Amino acid sequence: MSNSYATSGNSGPKVRSDCEMILELRDEGGIVIELKSKVQILYGESIEKQCVEILNYFGIRDAYLKIDDSGALPFVTAARLEAAIKQLIPSDMAFLPELLEENTYSTSSGRFRFSRLYIPGNAPGMMINAGLHSADGIILDLEDSVAPEKKDEARILVRNALRQVSFNGAERMVRINQGERGLKDLDFLVPHNVNLILIPKCESTSSVRDIENRIMEIKNWFGISHPVYLMPIIETALGVEMCFEIARASTDVVAIAVGLEDLTADLGVARTSDGAESFYARTRLVNAAKAAGIQPIDSVFSDVSDMEALRQTVISSKALGFEGMGCIHPRQIPVIKQGFAPGPEEIEKSKKIVLAFENAREQGLGVAALGSKMIDPPVVARAQKIIDLAISLGLLSGNWMNEIPAVPK
Amino acid sequence: MPAVINAAGRAVPTEINGKPVIPFKGVGKHMPYGNKYGPPIPSCSDFPDDGNKVVPTLEEALLRCGIRDGMTISTHHHLRDGDLVSNRIFEIASVMGVKDLVWFPSASFPCNDPVIKYLENGTINRIEGSMNGPLGRFVSEGKMKGTAVLRSHGGRVQAIQDGEVKIDIAVLVAPSSDSYGNAKGTGGKSACGVLGYAKADSMYADKVIVVTDNLVDLPCLPAEIEGNYVDFVVVVEKIGIPEKIVSGTTQITKSPDRLLIAELTASFLEKSGILKDGVTMQAGAGGTSLAIAVFLHEILKKKGWKSKFGFGGSTKYMVEMLEQGQMEYILDAQAFDLDAVISVGKNPRHIPYPVFNAYNYHSKGNLTSMMDIMILGATEIDLNFNGNVVTHSDGCLLHGIGGWQNCLHARNVILPVPLFRDRIPVIVDEVTTLCGPGELIDVIITERGIAINPLRDDLFESVKESGLPIKTIQELKDEAEKICGKPSKAEFDDEIVAAIKWVDGTVIDVVRKIKSK
Repeated sequence: MSNSYATSGNSGPKVRSDCEMILELRDEGGIVIELKSKVQILYGESIEKQCVEILNYFGIRDAYLKIDDSGALPFVTAARLEAAIKQLIPSDMAFLPELLEENTYSTSSGRFRFSRLYIPGNAPGMMINAGLHSADGIILDLEDSVAPEKKDEARILVRNALRQVSFNGAERMVRINQGERGLKDLDFLVPHNVNLILIPKCESTSSVRDIENRIMEIKNWFGISHPVYLMPIIETALGVEMCFEIARASTDVVAIAVGLEDLTADLGVARTSDGAESFYARTRLVNAAKAAGIQPIDSVFSDVSDMEALRQTVISSKALGFEGMGCIHPRQIPVIKQGFAPGPEEIEKSKKIVLAFENAREQGLGVAALGSKMIDPPVVARAQKIIDLAISLGLLSGNWMNEIPAVPK
Repeated sequence: MPAVINAAGRAVPTEINGKPVIPFKGVGKHMPYGNKYGPPIPSCSDFPDDGNKVVPTLEEALLRCGIRDGMTISTHHHLRDGDLVSNRIFEIASVMGVKDLVWFPSASFPCNDPVIKYLENGTINRIEGSMNGPLGRFVSEGKMKGTAVLRSHGGRVQAIQDGEVKIDIAVLVAPSSDSYGNAKGTGGKSACGVLGYAKADSMYADKVIVVTDNLVDLPCLPAEIEGNYVDFVVVVEKIGIPEKIVSGTTQITKSPDRLLIAELTASFLEKSGILKDGVTMQAGAGGTSLAIAVFLHEILKKKGWKSKFGFGGSTKYMVEMLEQGQMEYILDAQAFDLDAVISVGKNPRHIPYPVFNAYNYHSKGNLTSMMDIMILGATEIDLNFNGNVVTHSDGCLLHGIGGWQNCLHARNVILPVPLFRDRIPVIVDEVTTLCGPGELIDVIITERGIAINPLRDDLFESVKESGLPIKTIQELKDEAEKICGKPSKAEFDDEIVAAIKWVDGTVIDVVRKIKSK
């Protein structure tokens, strides 16, 4: 056993809020820690103490541990050490940091998902403040943004982040890997109050059901009752053809998203800014989602420096019927939110419709009219939805009906 | 050494480097009397009739200035990290065998790290000025023979004017000079924009040497250093490395968290009513400050407002306000980037304005107290809003004071800072080193909330309905410690390695030697 060693984490001049661990198991000599840290004076002792506790938890009494620390927070240090240990001693045990009280909320299926911010699953520095940017959802990504050799350690880091990092009420989402690895990812997520799982490159109802079943098994095992929603991502031509079935594959599917980088690759076409090449896929996806009563979500916009182009994309995306977009940079969030939020004219019109409907109801009239126009029930329902949205975005007071003079008859 | 507790509650000595010092008495409490210091009387008949003061080498100039053991040599830092002359002075002195010099720079930069060898070989006794990087560590480890004295930019002028520091030889690099010693910061291959920090040195030093790589015909105008104060002019191949003198462009932060802080700051200034038509403002050249300048510019434009003047450290972003009509004047102590250097050279509303006038305790009035908005940084802030800018939480000297202390006198002192930097909390129980008393610091703006000094009830009232995340400083500190853990304290030996002067010359705190392992 004396020649086996493992490494995990990251170090280097550009690395922040992370650490690198080199762990060697030994037969004797106790635990020897060599710590190099940017925060040596402030946290050196507590880092060593934490590491000894974790090693002991996994039954390790003799080991050499070298830590190159760039200001990792405790949940990161713990994840890196656990990842190193598990390379040497396969174990189903988990050293779980406390699940913060403020991380125990659930979300509802119909909540708004305008903006969801992707965070690479092995980049702790980007996780810590992710919740400060008011995204509707935060996606910790285990799939494309994590290098293959880092997949195992990312899983542990994401698990610890779900427990220890507050996302300030954003929906707590994780994009899992494809296939078997994705199913295994769920063990590290479902017990830690994940709100929604993104299913990459989804092409079949069976893959959705496999995930649904695995989630159910874990929930039963741990006695979890809160919902874990699903958002399949359509990224292939086959997926597009299957998207209505996928949208209805499980009652937990609350949205479907389109991933245009992979889709255009699969179609063998270049991705352009006007998006003609993906027009069919996008409109079909919107139609399928609406038919299934769930939210259609648009792809990410990848040029983080061009906010004006993003604004235009949001406008066309909303016009097609999409109800949200992915973000790869926090600065995109306000642009996307503003784009999907109802405009002042839309809100004013909706207010009039809702008030006219209320007036008609009070007078016992069967139909409402605005000016000379009759108002159909679906128009009222849509107006009410816009009003609710405006209130939730702080664009309208919850008490608006009592704050304005009633519409003249 | 006898120690007393000063008005800020800090234990400070009554003597530093063998000279008596006055403990801090409170803000605006120290009123020295007597006359200002005056340099020896020169006579024009000692100088060449044709006005040509050029001597062939810096060695010769230093010799003719009578360089000898124990003298105080001053320099300015307008060439920033591209300065090629300061180190050379001590190299020459070292070869001459001169010992125990006091180096009195207006600031030092990483390019000055080579002076460590002259501190080690006894050429330099001590530095009275800013220290960072390896130089700061050297001092913090107790390796400098004398005790460092750190002053603000204004405090440096105060010390020169009231005779606390007597400059024997000022060696002033200048991007342009004539043979008489009229010099300025523009022109030539090493342009730095302005030479404001050199003004007091030129007027009060016994001997003044101007070093240039761009000798121009007499008269070199407008002269920021006036030739009638200058003893010798030395022409060298190169005084600096241009790309290190000014950054081509100063860069707005790309960090989403810093941008969030900048946005919150702009929003706070707007919603509190501090930002208004005719506002006066100053912000630094850090990435966050630049972003704040851009956001403020947008608000001024949107409202159709105009700032009366901005005080520089000028940057491209301040120049944009000037050129697009949202700022009337830039008064400038230093130009940080190329756009600023070009602007000060051509725009009549962009005017050099030395700290001699702006920051000096012995001036009849203080420009900074006329500023509405002052954006500053800090390495640590404590629960009483006291600020530290010179040491890190690990106890090592890291930065100079710069103009920071002087700027604290502005009407609204705003510190946009991250709540923690790589696990190092910025808000602490008590600052490691006290540089500025909390009574002068008004608002702390972090990515996780804004804390307003309880002394500024008016500000609190102005934003309490604004929807901004207003918290107490205790709440901010607790939040940081919940995320980072409670930090241990740096440990120190008793030995004092540096004194921190307040703007009036009194000792507000000291830095002690970090405990050797």
